[in-house]
Amino acid sequence: MNKISSFDVERIRKDFPIFSEKVHGKRLTFLDSGASAQKPKVVLDAVQDAYTKTYANVHRGVHHLSQLSTELYEGARKTICAHMNASSVDEIIFTKNATEAFNLVAQSYGQLALKPGDEILLSYLEHHSNIVPWQLIAERTGATVKAVPIDSNGEFLMEEYLKLLSPKTKIVAVTHISNAIGTIVPVKEVIKAAHDKGIPVLIDGSQAMPHMKVDVQELDADFYVFTGHKVFAPTGVGVLYAKNEWLEKMPPYQGGGDMINRVTFEKTTYATGHSKFEAGTPPIVQAIGLGAAIDYVNSIGFDAIAAHEQSLLAYATEELTKLNSVRIIGQAKNKAAIISFEMEGVHPHDIGTIVDQAGVAIRVGHHCAQPLMDFFDVPSTARASFALYNNTDDVDALVGSLKMVQEFFG
Amino acid sequence: MMDDLKELYQEVILDHSKHPRNFGKLDPCSHEAHGYNPLCGDTLNVFLNLGPDNVIQEILFDGKGCAISMASASLMSEIVKGKTTAQANLLFDNFHDLVTKDDAILLEDDDLDRLVVLAGVKQFPMRVKCATLSWHALQSALNGNNDTTTE
Repeated sequence: MNKISSFDVERIRKDFPIFSEKVHGKRLTFLDSGASAQKPKVVLDAVQDAYTKTYANVHRGVHHLSQLSTELYEGARKTICAHMNASSVDEIIFTKNATEAFNLVAQSYGQLALKPGDEILLSYLEHHSNIVPWQLIAERTGATVKAVPIDSNGEFLMEEYLKLLSPKTKIVAVTHISNAIGTIVPVKEVIKAAHDKGIPVLIDGSQAMPHMKVDVQELDADFYVFTGHKVFAPTGVGVLYAKNEWLEKMPPYQGGGDMINRVTFEKTTYATGHSKFEAGTPPIVQAIGLGAAIDYVNSIGFDAIAAHEQSLLAYATEELTKLNSVRIIGQAKNKAAIISFEMEGVHPHDIGTIVDQAGVAIRVGHHCAQPLMDFFDVPSTARASFALYNNTDDVDALVGSLKMVQEFFG
Repeated sequence: MMDDLKELYQEVILDHSKHPRNFGKLDPCSHEAHGYNPLCGDTLNVFLNLGPDNVIQEILFDGKGCAISMASASLMSEIVKGKTTAQANLLFDNFHDLVTKDDAILLEDDDLDRLVVLAGVKQFPMRVKCATLSWHALQSALNGNNDTTTE
């Protein structure tokens, strides 16, 4: 059966127990999945089962539960490897979140490759988590951070990017999708251009993973980072995909158990592949939950998810545009279902408080993207971010609650 | 639902937020401080001239912020003008209790009565920092700290 025609948002909403909850006595309108997504029952069940039926530490001991737990944890790695089309499970590293993955690459790759005068190339669309780790390693190594500008629609400026790529550039680190304004960056072209000059590229896929199928080999990304909790998995687990050639060269990020081959006080040798970068007891159950979440989105299919979300984006954009006081910030041609906006004469915080009383959850603030806010000359925006479980009722509730804001401040 | 919102966004607050009193820069001034709320990125500057006997003779503020932070700063500027620093500190202590505690025992004071319009913030704990940002900045200015954040 064609997956698109079988997409039924009302059935999907039933997979998420949270939607039977009320907020201030109202129907929950959850438009904050860009900050963190809700969890389907299959993920909650996988977590519950992992704790109640198979729980033990992994990679340790020979007892029955340890084996079961290890199989499930490594099974999740295989699921993610297949989902991202990595060439080997050795290239899939579990971290605690995307932030830890950025810090891992910045510190470890930075130690390997950065010298005074080298350049790290980011973009104005980046989340703080793909800025600050690079500033830390830049300070330590004497490298400098540069950023690719955007235009007033929030488009990544490819021509400017090509100009900024220089012999000094030692790594490019850009987002796949802007968390604040939804711009989809043409990362395949970004990667190709950098590779033509022998520069490796890291992609922040935190916002991309819930909305699109990512094939790291097709993109030819050197590093691809995402966090679990935005793709319907528990908090506490993230993923770093890294090409094996880099993992072999990069020094360990953290030392501890599990990442070693042999330890003596004189000299320690390290494990290889993903193990070299997974020190200590990993987020076992969270990773199992992430595997279940990836299976869940694949059971629906990304063609269907993307089509559904794009139709919601179009509807929401149209409805919001009808409200004269609303200005949408970020109008890139290719956008994910994320809409940042401001309202004339009303601060985003006041918008957030008022719509919340109508059961509408949106994010207000700088979205951990202050350089981007500075570019648009706003301290903050209101942001509605959509996921596969949202429907047109959610858009209508948002628009209705914004009319309430207009009444208060009109 | 509308009751809580109407309690929060009373006419006085909307009026002060749209038409803030004492809005601007005081240059030169004897004391100033920059207040910053990292949660929302709002900024607020307080400028004042302290006269003999620690009396706040002039006070102005500027910045960008939500209705609550702008209204609170505007009301504060009206109320502390002409007060001593000790009186201003006492008002802040009482105001802080007013917006955070259910059973706050407050001074009987006409100025404090004017601040009761902000008591609705108590129902919205995430917004308390908006209401207190200007007061924190005032304290920083009086204490000679030029920067303050609400975190």
